[in-house]
Amino acid sequence: MSPTIAVVGAALAGLSAARALRDQSFDGRIVVIGDEVHAPYDRPPLSKEFLAGTASLDDIGLGAPDDEELGLEWRLGTTAVGLDRVSRSVLLSDGSEVRADGVVLATGARARRLPGSEGLGGVHVLRSLDDAIALREDLASASRLVVIGAGFIGAEVASTARKLGLEVTVVEAMPVPLAGPLGAEMGAVCAELHADHGTRLLTGSGVAGLVGTGRVEAVELTDGTRLPADVVVVGIGAIPNIEWLADSGVALGNGVLTDARGVTNIPGVVAVGDCAAAWSVSAERHVRIEHWTHALEQPATAVATLLGAEGAVPASVPYFWSDQYGARIQFAGSRREDDVARVVEGSCAERSFLVVYERDDVPVAVLGMNQPRLFTRWRRQLRSAVPAPS
Amino acid sequence: MIPVCLTTALPPGEATRIEAEEPIAVFNVDGDFYAIDDTCTHQDASLADGWLDGCSVECPLHASCFDLRTGKVSGPPAKTPVRTHRVVVQDGMVYVQPGITADGAA
Ligand SMILES: Cc1cc2nc3c(=O)[nH]c(=O)nc-3n(C[C@H](O)[C@H](O)[C@H](O)COP(=O)(O)OP(=O)(O)OC[C@H]3O[C@@H](n4cnc5c(N)ncnc54)[C@H](O)[C@@H]3O)c2cc1C
Ligand code: FES
Repeated sequence: MSPTIAVVGAALAGLSAARALRDQSFDGRIVVIGDEVHAPYDRPPLSKEFLAGTASLDDIGLGAPDDEELGLEWRLGTTAVGLDRVSRSVLLSDGSEVRADGVVLATGARARRLPGSEGLGGVHVLRSLDDAIALREDLASASRLVVIGAGFIGAEVASTARKLGLEVTVVEAMPVPLAGPLGAEMGAVCAELHADHGTRLLTGSGVAGLVGTGRVEAVELTDGTRLPADVVVVGIGAIPNIEWLADSGVALGNGVLTDARGVTNIPGVVAVGDCAAAWSVSAERHVRIEHWTHALEQPATAVATLLGAEGAVPASVPYFWSDQYGARIQFAGSRREDDVARVVEGSCAERSFLVVYERDDVPVAVLGMNQPRLFTRWRRQLRSAVPAPS
Repeated sequence: MIPVCLTTALPPGEATRIEAEEPIAVFNVDGDFYAIDDTCTHQDASLADGWLDGCSVECPLHASCFDLRTGKVSGPPAKTPVRTHRVVVQDGMVYVQPGITADGAA
């Protein structure tokens, strides 16, 4: 009988894994299980073009014309509820199970919710297509938006809502937005985009709670300020979808724990994309990367290992982008707290610059705003400088 | 035919953009010249700003890859190919013929 590989999670990482399996000549059965009813779609536009109404569902589909030839068996609208490590079976919500010789875990992450916001109308998170459709509908008849959290998704939603003509306030608990990924200095520069475009940004502001019965009316801050709101978007990070694996014996932490190749502690089971926390040789700990390009590229290595290939893990440099207020922000590399940021091109004031982060005078990361050409060169250069982890 | 530049002005591994009805990106791959639509079919990025890797260019934004010879997508998120255009090199000058594909079809 031909072997079966089950892919759990039917989004970017899952689809990339299925494509990589065929690319690497796996001709057995591939079953792709996804709890959403939608065929795989792209998430980045959900806070950008799709929310703005300039991209359609068709535009954001991840499927390609050639995908028919992959011969995938889709189980959409079906939730995986457990994994039996002995028989390597994936247990499904409809009571059936998929017995597999190999399993790819690609269940991604979900948006963290604000405690106490359950059931209150007008309060949104943004992770799925359904979230985006609901938010878009709600924004259409709203005039005041409060975004809780000035991370990338919060900033993008604020930017899109400004474009739609709403009055927008962004509330951030930390003194500087994006300090985690970009460092305080550059986080502050990127956050200036809000003021440039008429969005009010309140930093160092804790949220005490939401006001309203049935539907939200205001956001109350810890200092007592009330921000009136027709719609509230909560953008305070994401949680990996791994609870369904609790009894499976798969090692879990802040994500499914894997080695640098994406292999879990259970033979024949790999994890990819946003749900996986892979061992990072340079950071000397498990790191869960939540970037699009990672979910696209890393599955090739994981499934190669699943198919029995050995050899070096290809060198990779984390990369992500964010589009806000028409500005293109791109970041690549691995930044640490005491790295020194240096502007090598353009200027922050002009909102067009390239910044290189250096550690002991060696470039380790690069940030560009509206500098795609130069950024791409630097990104490539970083990639060629990274020693492949063995 | 639209003049692009002197062959010496576009060294191997480099790309340039020319304004036409639709902007066109011209690449030098180890001495061979290729021309494709400059605008990525995914969103609004200039492929002349992208990264040349052999005969394919990687979009500077979301890393879609296009084959310079055929215009075909070799990596998502783009789904639609870009158009190719014929390149003519004459007397040390590079020209493109928009509307005529690289393989000669009109
Ligand atoms: C609004 C938004 C904007 C973004 N913008 C950017 C950007 O500009 N740049 C960038 O680099 N990254 C961006 N990202 C991040 C990027 O989209 C993610 O890194 C990427 O989606 C990860 O893909 P994934 O397949 O690992 O996980 P996901 O996309 O989360 O997909 C996992 C899938 O598995 C399903 N699933 C979960 N549990 C189960 C189960 N038990 N059984 C079956 N199916 C299950 C989920 O419903 C989902 O469909 C953005 C994300 C969001 C939400
Ligand atoms: S704009 Fe080219 S890949 Fe997105």
